Amino acid sequence: MTEKVKVRIDGEVIAATAGQTILEVARANDKYIPALCYMEGLSAVGACRLCMVEVSGVSRLLPACTTPVQEGLAVTTSSPHLESYRKIALELLFVERNHVCAVCVSSGHCELQALAQDQGVTHVRYPYNYPRLAVDTTHPRYVLDHNRCVLCSRCVRTCAEIEGAHVWDIAGRGIQSRLVSELQRPWGEATTCTSCGKCVQACPTGAMAEKGWGVEEMTKQRAAVSRLTSMREGQ
Amino acid sequence: MEKLKIGTCWLDGCSGCHMSILDMDEEIVGVLEKADIVFGPLVDAQEWPEGVDVAVIEGAVSSQDDLKLAQTARARSKVVVALGDCAVTGNVPSMRNGISRRKLLERVYVEGATEHPGVPTDGVPALLKHAEPLHQAIKVDVHVAGCPPKPSAILMVLTELLEGREPELGSKLRFG
Repeated sequence: MTEKVKVRIDGEVIAATAGQTILEVARANDKYIPALCYMEGLSAVGACRLCMVEVSGVSRLLPACTTPVQEGLAVTTSSPHLESYRKIALELLFVERNHVCAVCVSSGHCELQALAQDQGVTHVRYPYNYPRLAVDTTHPRYVLDHNRCVLCSRCVRTCAEIEGAHVWDIAGRGIQSRLVSELQRPWGEATTCTSCGKCVQACPTGAMAEKGWGVEEMTKQRAAVSRLTSMREGQ
Repeated sequence: MEKLKIGTCWLDGCSGCHMSILDMDEEIVGVLEKADIVFGPLVDAQEWPEGVDVAVIEGAVSSQDDLKLAQTARARSKVVVALGDCAVTGNVPSMRNGISRRKLLERVYVEGATEHPGVPTDGVPALLKHAEPLHQAIKVDVHVAGCPPKPSAILMVLTELLEGREPELGSKLRFG
């Protein structure tokens, strides 16, 4: 039998199951914690640092998506300290690549854009990096624009864990990190790609999109990707 | 009470933010009851006057002229508003920033020219290395993102500033 635990989220006592993460418990109880690299149905990697929370008795901030709950855990999801860190994390995502909402297929449906607006990022305080980045248009149906990629790795995990093809990986380190298909082969030449398009649907920004859409037109079916995992559970 | 003064200017942008100012429609009358627009594309003045209360600046800082005008506006105004995505983030003008100025000008004025190829030098301001957000060039007090910002957001910001309050964009904050 699964062990039941009691935790406090922003002062409210909530019943949870041992092994659940703070983020899962929060979302199941309508407590909002912002997150970008987390997606229901995929493994959690704690890459974006937006879901950082305060846990009483722990001096450093912990990512809610990878921290399991335990009996008596007390979590604070929002404070001036957390808000300032979340803003910094978002601003650093913006300076790293070239995010130009005005010309993006995902404008209005973009998780990065929505998070910046929710978190009150009125402007970016750091100098922009302006990297010169490629756009891979070799796939007949989809396009990958590195300018808009936040390296959340949702496409990597979707392809590996749900489709089972593992076309995508992150190559390089630090600021040089890039999403690559099949060991640096252009997407259109990747022999393991099944063209299922689930990576495109999982992508939070306009980095991956279906061809043929104009600015603001590329809406995504993220729930469809998450639903595949929940339907396979127990099989 | 003496009327307040608003100055507006248009740096490296498309004028869409100024269109959005006009798009306030009849609401602009209420703004003009409290303040006069003393400089900008909408009026005749040739030089940014002294003693402006609210400077509203559209566009990225992309050329020597942009930089000079932004600095003048800052020096002669109490409050500076960065209006729209170009002024706030660099937006479309900043898409040239990964390309060197020489290559950019040659691509447009030499390779892209069907007649009289040649990079212009007379009567045009020199480009800066990068088209930058306004706050990288001067101190900005209020950022109003949007491409363009909604007329209701501009109205709210101007109304608050003219009343001497600090505008809180809240749910009106929008990029793109």
